[in-house]
Amino acid sequence: MKKKQKRLVLRSVLLLVIALAVGYTLYNTVFKDTSGNVQVGDQAPNFELTTLNGEKVKLSDFKGKKGVFLNFWGTWCDPCKREMPYMEELYKQYRDKGIEILAVDVGEASISVSDFKKRLHLSFPILMDDSKDVTRLYGIGPIPTTLLINADGKIIEKTSDSLSKEKIEEYMKRIKP
Amino acid sequence: MEKITCECGHVNPFGTEICEACGKPLQNVDSTKLINMRYEGGAVRSQTYKKHSIDKIWNFFSSVKVGIWIIVLILVAAAIGTIFPQQMYIPPTADPSTYYEEEYGTLGKIFYLLGFENLYGSWWFMLLLAALGISLVIVSIDRGFPLYRALKHQRVTRHNSFMNRQRLYIEVTQPLALEQLKTSLKKRRYKVKEENGNWLAEKNRFSRWGPYVNHTGLILFLIGAMLRFFPDMYLDQPLWIKEGETLAIPGTKTEDGQYYLKNNRFIMDTYKENDPKFAEALKKSSADIPSNYQSNVTLYKTKKDFLPGAKPELTKVKDYKLRVNDPLEFDSFSLYQVDFKPSQLDAFSFKLKRKKTDETIGEFTVNLANPKATYHLKKGYDITLKNYYKNVKVENNKELGSKDNNPENPLMLLKIIAPDVPKGERAVLGIQKNFELGQNKYRISLSGVKMKNVSGLTVKKDRTLPIIVIGGLIFMIGVVQGLYWNHRRVWLKKEGDRWLIAAHTNKNWFGMKRELQGISEETGMPVLQDQS
Repeated sequence: MKKKQKRLVLRSVLLLVIALAVGYTLYNTVFKDTSGNVQVGDQAPNFELTTLNGEKVKLSDFKGKKGVFLNFWGTWCDPCKREMPYMEELYKQYRDKGIEILAVDVGEASISVSDFKKRLHLSFPILMDDSKDVTRLYGIGPIPTTLLINADGKIIEKTSDSLSKEKIEEYMKRIKP
Repeated sequence: MEKITCECGHVNPFGTEICEACGKPLQNVDSTKLINMRYEGGAVRSQTYKKHSIDKIWNFFSSVKVGIWIIVLILVAAAIGTIFPQQMYIPPTADPSTYYEEEYGTLGKIFYLLGFENLYGSWWFMLLLAALGISLVIVSIDRGFPLYRALKHQRVTRHNSFMNRQRLYIEVTQPLALEQLKTSLKKRRYKVKEENGNWLAEKNRFSRWGPYVNHTGLILFLIGAMLRFFPDMYLDQPLWIKEGETLAIPGTKTEDGQYYLKNNRFIMDTYKENDPKFAEALKKSSADIPSNYQSNVTLYKTKKDFLPGAKPELTKVKDYKLRVNDPLEFDSFSLYQVDFKPSQLDAFSFKLKRKKTDETIGEFTVNLANPKATYHLKKGYDITLKNYYKNVKVENNKELGSKDNNPENPLMLLKIIAPDVPKGERAVLGIQKNFELGQNKYRISLSGVKMKNVSGLTVKKDRTLPIIVIGGLIFMIGVVQGLYWNHRRVWLKKEGDRWLIAAHTNKNWFGMKRELQGISEETGMPVLQDQS
């Protein structure tokens, strides 16, 4: 009897180990987005970029204080351009309620970006990712891509949709500390 | 589930077909048919216990038939996957949902619909491989251990009905030349064991472990392939880097810093027309044939507390000339030269001239990736860049914009400030475009174009390779071990004035017979009869 039980346990353990290994592999290949290193649920990797106005901004500056609406964009991208006015409008409303917008420009000429900023009257900080190091770090494929980072520094959403005003407002509420 | 005690006293596991010790058949006792010697008549474990659902799963995979079906399915699927190119090899701009049908017709469409365009990473192909792995483990455990047990417990003295139901057998009354026989067997590398005047001569038992060694190798191989998908085991990332650029190498952040790379220069060499070796072949080709693609690079490393995006403090690690198949290796990474884009626009140089006198006031260079806002020529003369589009397009028939972030068709709006025009004059410059807005006293004209090459590199890391190599090696050892040698045994049993002689080999009966023939010629031992 004892021997039979031992055999059952052995068999179960072996099958379980194999199932776990295979499951993990499948999860990694099929169900996980492998394009970028950063996933929803991860701690947002820290970075430091310079704004168009020459100020240095670290993501960690906001940890424990503000929720961060991290937007990757470019002036040539029409969907980005469409969501910018909404972001601006809601920024004014939520900036004092613990929300920061960081709009990371993916490696463009600062002249083009400042012209764009002037034309659209944008007041939130625009970060210049000249080397695209941060863009690569976050595994950004198509733009716009928006990541929601809560006050604990955790990524709670990642989307490549062009966002409506309602959607942005909903997002802001979600990351409000 | 009773254990079976043989008349010789040996206790056999349930389901055993012939006694592990004396070889007496425990099933079909009265039959005169030859004994099935597969797995030495040991009980294939799973087929004897059927209880729990775990046991049922186990039994399913324990079947060799199931294992073979899994292999067949893998082979067929893998073969079908090669009929049309996989998705990663079709043009990157093509839409796979239409590409396969357009290119290969209905078959292509079916190919796509059934998901063969991404076969080797698909969940069901992975599941098949996993099933093969499980099958290999279970089949080996269920058969390997009983076989080992049976061969370990075998006795020299065998039951008569074991002897006379062997394929090669003879019964004689004549005396045998035992000393000669022993020498003859030993010469053929048999190990001879004696017990009460009975003999067992055996050789190459290790050949029986071949399949299990082989399976171990295969399992290791599969584990290696699986490990690719675990973090920090495998990396394959592209890196496009322009001459003069310094970029972080993706995926190469380690505990003590991030690696950076500077591309100093890209070089493409071609064969010379009078090349001593290939002159003949070169004559046939009108185009230049490249002989070398090379990126001269410098590897840097940041300090420990590196922050992505911030201007890094770089320490030089080394210079290297990256050539095809001559990678730069550092830590566990390798950097390969794989591609290039020649002559991308990098900078325009302009001259500012006073129209009236055609006198050159000064010269300035605009970097097209990230131009400066002002260019100071000399006292009182400044050029300001008011607006800049990297790849210009006209939106809604009036507004200017850029198509993308590549400086392929740049357009700049400039303002010229000179002592006699303090308010400034405006000009628009681009490729084959040079407008002035108003009656200008000054003229800007293109004086030079700087091109730069872009190197296409790949960063690779593969920690699974040693495991795959060792797995493959063990696999081959198992194949050789199992196929090249045969496990052969000869039994002699003295029964009164009779000798019972039986022989068995796990394969190559022809070879076994020839060997016995040889022994017979040397010692006068009668030739065994083939009872099959």
